[in-house]
Amino acid sequence: MRQALHAEWTKLRTVAGPGWLLLAAIVATAVVGALAANAISCPGGGCQIDPAKSSLTGIYLGQAIVAILATVAISGEYSTGMIRLTLTATPRRWRVLSAKAILVGTATLVSGAVAVLASVLAGRLLLDGHGIDPAHGYATLSLANGSVLRAAAGSVLYLTLIALLSLGIATAIRDSAVSIGVVLGLLYLFPIIAQAVGDADWKRHLDQISPMTAGMYVQATTDLRSLPLTPWQGLGVLAAWAAGALLVGGLLLRLRDA
Amino acid sequence: MTMLAPYRSLQASANDGFGSLLRAEWTKFRTVRGWVIGMLVGLLLFLGLGVLTTKGSQCGIQPTGSSQVLACPAPPTGPGGEFVSDAFYFVRQPLAGNGSVTVRVTSLTGLYSTHGGVPAGRSGQSLLAGMTPGVQPWSKAGIIIAASTAQGSAYAAMMVTGDHGVRMQWDYVDDVAGMAGKVSATSPRWLRLTRTGDVIRGYDSADGTHWMLVGTATLTGLTGYAPAGLFAATPGYTAISNGLGTTSAKGGGALATGAFDHVSLQGASRAAQWKGEAIAANNINANSLPASVQGFTQSGGRFTVSGSGDIAPDVTDGASIEQTLAGTFVGMIAVVVIGVMFITAEYRRGLIRTTLAASPRRGRVLAAKAVVLAAVTFVAGMVAALIMVPLGERLLRESGNPIIPTSALTEVRIVVGTAALLAVCAVLALAVGTLLRRSALAVAAVVAGIVLPYILAVISGILPTGAEDWLLRITPAAAFSVQKTLTPYPQVFAQYTPANGYFPLAPWAGFAVLCAWAAAAFALAVFMLHRRDA
Repeated sequence: MRQALHAEWTKLRTVAGPGWLLLAAIVATAVVGALAANAISCPGGGCQIDPAKSSLTGIYLGQAIVAILATVAISGEYSTGMIRLTLTATPRRWRVLSAKAILVGTATLVSGAVAVLASVLAGRLLLDGHGIDPAHGYATLSLANGSVLRAAAGSVLYLTLIALLSLGIATAIRDSAVSIGVVLGLLYLFPIIAQAVGDADWKRHLDQISPMTAGMYVQATTDLRSLPLTPWQGLGVLAAWAAGALLVGGLLLRLRDA
Repeated sequence: MTMLAPYRSLQASANDGFGSLLRAEWTKFRTVRGWVIGMLVGLLLFLGLGVLTTKGSQCGIQPTGSSQVLACPAPPTGPGGEFVSDAFYFVRQPLAGNGSVTVRVTSLTGLYSTHGGVPAGRSGQSLLAGMTPGVQPWSKAGIIIAASTAQGSAYAAMMVTGDHGVRMQWDYVDDVAGMAGKVSATSPRWLRLTRTGDVIRGYDSADGTHWMLVGTATLTGLTGYAPAGLFAATPGYTAISNGLGTTSAKGGGALATGAFDHVSLQGASRAAQWKGEAIAANNINANSLPASVQGFTQSGGRFTVSGSGDIAPDVTDGASIEQTLAGTFVGMIAVVVIGVMFITAEYRRGLIRTTLAASPRRGRVLAAKAVVLAAVTFVAGMVAALIMVPLGERLLRESGNPIIPTSALTEVRIVVGTAALLAVCAVLALAVGTLLRRSALAVAAVVAGIVLPYILAVISGILPTGAEDWLLRITPAAAFSVQKTLTPYPQVFAQYTPANGYFPLAPWAGFAVLCAWAAAAFALAVFMLHRRDA
């Protein structure tokens, strides 16, 4: 297993793409978060806003970049034929997938932590200047606050789970364009469909099974009662999707010719 | 010395016109099974999601004491075919032919409930006891001439309003401003409506001698006797919590009371008496109070009229046909994947070198690809929308929804616009694929570029309304305004936000934003295709 990990680490390290993608994910997450925090202003106070969630808006974009990284980690091997070499070197296919999952997951975890910290810092600086401050009844955004810490740590885990979900789907589909289309469809379509459905019960159920909507509940710090799931349950839904995708991807990897 | 003719091949020269290029690209498209299947899967998912969302939009009411759920009743339709609210208190006499109504309004007061609708089992004065005094911005009292007292009939009215001065309104959608400022005993408003055949003119005045023409309305169906007189109405109280995207509205019923004197009606028969009636509507979201608290008093030449409801377009009831097209997004993802692969697959397989050797003018190659892709996508999108709109309308009706009436032209715009939107998305994907050459990157860039602004602006509720509007003006997501059918009315207070289906740009203007993005990406792609080695 150590050798498999080492091999995957070498692949990740020696290609320019992953490094740029991780950097892009950090920058995109922080910039979009800062722009969203900057757009919010509530001079009069009394706005229904969730400061932590607003500063973490960048996750909506960051997850797309993380998905590219994780998809290409496996589909890139199929498009270049590298996969045959990989499987010759490590015939235990589950081991190959596990090594990839650990590497991609760790890389996302680290860069996700940087991105989330940058977002929270930007939110803290910007929201204070826009009327979301202690003078108007909002606590300053701080990781010492339990629910803000949950939102931040949860967002890092969210990005990691998105990477694992994408890896599983790409292992099953193999083609990078189709895989990324399926991943983004799975993430972005659920909320759009839930909004288009008029019936409140249907909407609630769709939100409960949607990997993105439910997963993002972990960012909520205000008005938790209005959510159909608790924050950690929501992240659990995404984890179930990721586990399912990895399982299906691993089984197909095991059963099919490369 | 003999002259040698230069060598000429006996082969006829190959036709390298644009037509052959198109044919070559079409052959590539139709012979890759994955793309054809992808197109069909996209089409089926488009329809599947459309069926899911329309079937999942139940609208029903349960009458008290009944276990049966009935379909939501359709609101009345106005002369222009739109859904309207038509509930008010009407104090009237029949106007036989030409004539006029003149009044002086000395006050407009009101009561409103801040806690939801009308409490069950309460009526009369006990209902009003718990209410807060105050008028709504669009509380109205004044004079009206209507074609009949039936719901949705043509009318013209002059009125004073809570916050919007004197207005002349007719046929629900037309609204013209008269004198500004609030009415009071010290600054009363004189209002006059004159009828000549089916033409109604509205005038206002501060003193009853100097009259200003506010507007002229030609009403259809105004023949013979027309009920004319005084009215009062007010939409319910609506509080919208502060500014951000997650605005939620709550409120309750309201009552408006107008005080009138110097009432004169020219053209009515001498024997006629003033007769009061609450015109009630069945609009579900109307928030109007029961007839028992509405009414009028008459003593000396003075009248007070109390009414609830509204005479205006109904912007809250019914399902719009654009709701049938939620599947556009899944169709879009499918065509973006195919559009990107249409060029990146050539790079991956090395086919691009053959393609460019056969047709060295690279711009034309990309143009031919774009034409083929756009044509295929447009046809597929058209088929999907042509099936989905009528099917979805039927399913929405079966789920108990009244369908908001739309003109045939609007339906054509939605269907053609959806197909065109998908076709332009495909071209944008092709251009981005040419620029980036990497399929995963290109698909993610295009999908996130279109869908993400839409989610942030329409669904997430994170951003303030101003930022939402800007996202829908400058990003490719603006194009979805081509599917929008709802009209905002300044004379009706409601949340005209993207989440409720009101986009900041006009339908084709929003579509033009996407076209501009696609054109810019395409121009850049042609430029880079020339500059780079394949």
